[in-house]
Amino acid sequence: MAKYLLLKHYRGAPAPVNDVPMDQWTPEEISAHMQYMRDFAARLQKTGEFVDSQALAPEGTFVRYDGEGRQPVTDGPFAETKDLIAGWMVIDVDSYERALELAGELSAAPGAGGKPIHEWLELRPFLGCPPTITE
Amino acid sequence: MDEALLRSLTPKVLGILVRRGADFAAAEDAVQDALVEALRVWPADPSASSSSSGYPMRDPKGWLVTVAWRKFIDAARSDAARRRRESLVEEEPVPGPAPASDDTLQLYFLCAHPSLTPSSAVALTLRAVGGLTTRQIAQAYLVPEATMAQRISRAKRTVAGARFDQPGDVATVLRVLYLVFNEGYSGDVDLAAEAIRLTRQLAARVDDPEVAGLLALMLLHHARRAARTAPDGSLVPLAEQDRGRWDTESIAEGVGILQAALARDRLGEFQAQAAIAALHADAPTAEETDWVQIVEWYDELTRLTDNPVVRLNRAVAVGEADGPRAGLAALAALDASLPRHAAVAAYLHERDGDLATAARLYAEAAQKAPNLAERDHLTRQAARLNAHRSH
Repeated sequence: MAKYLLLKHYRGAPAPVNDVPMDQWTPEEISAHMQYMRDFAARLQKTGEFVDSQALAPEGTFVRYDGEGRQPVTDGPFAETKDLIAGWMVIDVDSYERALELAGELSAAPGAGGKPIHEWLELRPFLGCPPTITE
Repeated sequence: MDEALLRSLTPKVLGILVRRGADFAAAEDAVQDALVEALRVWPADPSASSSSSGYPMRDPKGWLVTVAWRKFIDAARSDAARRRRESLVEEEPVPGPAPASDDTLQLYFLCAHPSLTPSSAVALTLRAVGGLTTRQIAQAYLVPEATMAQRISRAKRTVAGARFDQPGDVATVLRVLYLVFNEGYSGDVDLAAEAIRLTRQLAARVDDPEVAGLLALMLLHHARRAARTAPDGSLVPLAEQDRGRWDTESIAEGVGILQAALARDRLGEFQAQAAIAALHADAPTAEETDWVQIVEWYDELTRLTDNPVVRLNRAVAVGEADGPRAGLAALAALDASLPRHAAVAAYLHERDGDLATAARLYAEAAQKAPNLAERDHLTRQAARLNAHRSH
């Protein structure tokens, strides 16, 4: 098994095919989208491939150490040009092919007009643990 | 097995161990071990219990005290303070007459000790008073079990020097219980129901109208829970809830408790909040809500707390009582960076007929929403208005 991170972006990913902001959808389209996302996660829980899923607020701040006895320096809110992560799902699957397949399914979630969004998701493999048997 | 019984016995058993001479931290660990043991070995169905498992059912408290004391002694034996504690074994008192002061109440005070952070006080209360296992608490707050175990040990170290027999501050206990209630539920533990149980138990021990006020507030909000979410998990605002799904028994109990508390004429913020919840519960339809009285209660609350969130809620009530323009005027006096300010503004502008502004503000409020359910709800509101305007 190998773990993968599916990253969803507010900003920074290439534009999706069906690029309409959610507040311009109909309430029914929003419901259909939510249902699709819930069903997707529920299915992965059943197959034993789901690990975690979280959503992030759109605002954030850069922070760094500023030396002994000083408050950390902050730089924020994020500039409009910054790549901005919206949330993630972690999956634990048998192969890279399976990870691709699932990312494709998630990207097909319906949006405006009930049509798939074709949203670009970032697929990132986790660095694993060293194997016990190496010879 | 009756898990509710088990939990209600937890603080009593812990109190007995402390009175026998165990220090609080070690006793609390021992009781936790006994609880885990009870969950493992007590029969699932007491009526079907064989003679070998009959003992815990006949005297569950005695069983817990015996097992917890044994766990405490086992731990003490392997401890550095071995000699001192082993002397306790020899002079072990028999479980006997109830102590003069109320151990359970003392535990409430200790677990909400002012030296604890809110998250520590919550965790310690749920374990030592509530009788939940570390795993259950960790699941409820979505943190790893090891993290929650550490949080609880640190909390116990913090209160290690506190006197067990000192009277505490009821207000700090109420704040902890309020936090537990507001967390809602996830995992297999219903924190709202647990908070109600713990507040009920406290109300039976402390003669304070604010304890009654908090209990009433919880019951009145809990009564609406089934109606608060749609089958697809989305939020249903108060005005659109199916009032037939409200729990009338819970409402009646909450109103009764509140009336008795108010009659004592020692108003506090929980009683005032409960009064507002009761006025909502009392309205057969959203249109029949007595908004004028609700505004008056918000005025009382403002006097009691001067909390900006109260002023924000008051603006909504003013909008209902005196019209959306009056609500917007009340809102104009408030800091726009307050949480949910944009959502309130959106609602009042919609009521005022300015749908374009309302849609824009709903979308803005969705961006700032503190959780997914609210974000989805606000996005839907924006979508509803945008769809309406484009047709």
